[in-house]
Amino acid sequence: MDILLAIAIMALGAVVLGAALGYASIKFKVEGDPLVEKIEAILPQTQCGQCGYPGCKPYAEAIAKGECDINLCPPGGMEGVQRLADLLGREVKPLEAEEKPKQVAIIDENTCIGCTLCIQACPVDAIVGAAKQMHTIIAQQCTGCELCLPPCPVECIRMDTLTENIDNWKWKFPVIKIKPEARQAAPLEDAA
Amino acid sequence: MLKQLFKFKGGVKPPTNKTQSTTLPIAGAPIPSRLVVPLHQSIGGTPRPVVQAGDTVLKGQLIGEADGWISAAVHAPTSGTVVDVGMYVQPHPSGLDAQCVVIEPDGRDQWIAHAPFDYAHATPDAVRHYLQQSGVVGLGGAVFPTHGKLTASKTVPMDELIINGAECEPFITCDDLLMRERAEDVVRGIGVFRDLLKPKKVLIGIEDNKPEAAAAMRAAVNALGEQFLVVQVPTLYPAGGAKQLIRVLTGKEVPASKRSTDLGVQCFNVATAYTAWCAIATGQPVISRLVTVSGNVQAPRNYEVLIGTPMGELLQLGQPHPDTDGIVMGGPMMGFLVPNDTVPVVKATNCLIAHSERLFPPKAPEMPCIRCGACAEACPHELQPFELYWNARARNFGKTQEFHIFDCIECGCCSFVCPSRIPLVQYFRFAKSEIWAREREKNAADEAKVRFEFKQYREEREKAEKAEKLAKAAAAQAAKKAAEAAAIAAVESPPETPAPAPTEATGNTPLPAVDPAQDAKKAAIAAAMARAKAQREAAQPKNTETLNADQARELADIEARRQQAGIVEARTAVPPPSDAATQKAE
Repeated sequence: MDILLAIAIMALGAVVLGAALGYASIKFKVEGDPLVEKIEAILPQTQCGQCGYPGCKPYAEAIAKGECDINLCPPGGMEGVQRLADLLGREVKPLEAEEKPKQVAIIDENTCIGCTLCIQACPVDAIVGAAKQMHTIIAQQCTGCELCLPPCPVECIRMDTLTENIDNWKWKFPVIKIKPEARQAAPLEDAA
Repeated sequence: MLKQLFKFKGGVKPPTNKTQSTTLPIAGAPIPSRLVVPLHQSIGGTPRPVVQAGDTVLKGQLIGEADGWISAAVHAPTSGTVVDVGMYVQPHPSGLDAQCVVIEPDGRDQWIAHAPFDYAHATPDAVRHYLQQSGVVGLGGAVFPTHGKLTASKTVPMDELIINGAECEPFITCDDLLMRERAEDVVRGIGVFRDLLKPKKVLIGIEDNKPEAAAAMRAAVNALGEQFLVVQVPTLYPAGGAKQLIRVLTGKEVPASKRSTDLGVQCFNVATAYTAWCAIATGQPVISRLVTVSGNVQAPRNYEVLIGTPMGELLQLGQPHPDTDGIVMGGPMMGFLVPNDTVPVVKATNCLIAHSERLFPPKAPEMPCIRCGACAEACPHELQPFELYWNARARNFGKTQEFHIFDCIECGCCSFVCPSRIPLVQYFRFAKSEIWAREREKNAADEAKVRFEFKQYREEREKAEKAEKLAKAAAAQAAKKAAEAAAIAAVESPPETPAPAPTEATGNTPLPAVDPAQDAKKAAIAAAMARAKAQREAAQPKNTETLNADQARELADIEARRQQAGIVEARTAVPPPSDAATQKAE
């Protein structure tokens, strides 16, 4: 009799826990792959396709599946590779392509013929214009992906390197000098 | 009247070096050879230039229009000609340039027409707007547009208005001299702030190493019959920091990431109150400020200087010693070496110190941190600078934020006391700007992602819409063809069947084709030919409705020539249907 009771209790426990687990698997189902999202958050979202995938998300998916290396994203730079390596526990590898400074596309508005080809090529809709009307780039939205360069029939788009200005200037890492150097301040003209 | 004072934790007592520049009264600096007036002289939006190269401007004329609410106007400091509106090196640690208006003075110093502001009858909003248009900004160094701070919080009662005359940094004495010589205007300016904010109390905090200034302020307060309380606070750097002065005078501690307004306290510098009153009483905008010239000079003194005066020219007035090798803007604790001596004096410039190695010996090299904790004891914000330092040095920026790096006011107390001579503040500035840069990059990436995803969604949608449209058009075409075939079949069939009207043929439901396929095909061809013929007949020469006699004759001539050449058959204004094409087709 005791053994039957024990079996019944165990069976009841199994049924209850099984039901709880089943419910949890439906209720707390994880949509999408959280790893892909984490990888995507590290990628610079330039959508340039330099990695060989059509956008940052496909590249992130490929990394998550282990189909490709983590050093294919030049806009992310070595820092991006480092952070991906930290996230995935993989080896840090040097970048496949050379690292470029941040750029922005500029349309020479005198040469532009208004063909709209660059508008179609821009992955982030950062070019405004209409057929036979001058086009121009919204510099703040431009990711510097260079995808507008090849379709332009009159080669009126160029890439400008973003220069530092007072707003985006950064304090530099303090350098420890072994021997104090002569300071770089300009001497006063009439002081002498 | 004694007031109970509170204390803030930490602080240091560097040598004050203030007496050198307080012996002489304020002097007016002469108009320099050239004025470079930066447009972006306050926190917030960069004012838009409203003058061009070649324009003549008068003293006090608007040259930069405020862009948005948190922004303040910029005015011409003297009369003259605008030589250039362009990029010039700024008094900024980066040494980068920004947009400036360059004015060549004509020497006449001629004012634009201006009148006192009718303060007694103005609404508070009008006063705030007027202060913005007059370019009144916080002259304590942060240059926050003053009108933006003159709205009391709606949720918290306004308890205290604090007026900051502490001036805790060594060497700087411009606020001291201002209070000594122009106390009455300062007190009137405080009265304006009081009227706008309606605080319960007004406290004027002055460090106790400035007894003359405190006495002058007390006398002015009494003379004007105001209820302001002049409080002498102990001399301890950085007692002039807004949060520290609020702590000392009220005992309130402003929490991290909150503003003093949220606690019912607002703080203004004495010079700000002075310029606000000058703008109201005389109608003159902020075009000059008091600047202390001190350090390695023979004649340290305070000058009333036009904004835009090159720093080198101003320093010459103090007769710098021959070994001067640079200019520090601000005090020795928080100031920085300006990139060169042509950079202009701006609204944030309270002091110029001639730099020399004798005065500021080069720092010995940085040594390892010995974890003595002296920096934590000195920090007036109760932070742990050593923790911040380790993490900033290791570029572990998330951790620095956990240790509240953004509460650091960069006062330099930690670097001052560090026995290992570590430039701690530089590490904190580095970490802060890296964090900001990452934040900017993150926002840009997020925005790019949203835009990319939207573009993809839009392309998909357009594709789907196009496919749907094509499918619909194809279905309509098929229906039409079938209907036509049925109609023709009906015509050719025995007359007992009633012929369907052609309008019905365009209906959506195709009529069943009863005839053999061959007949249907023939009928379709015939119908198409008939349509083409009808179209041709309908075609008329364009723009021939309103011809005058000359044009009609010309047209007739052309037709005649064409006929002669055998290009076309004879044609009248409305040509008869030519059947040549039909014959060819047959």
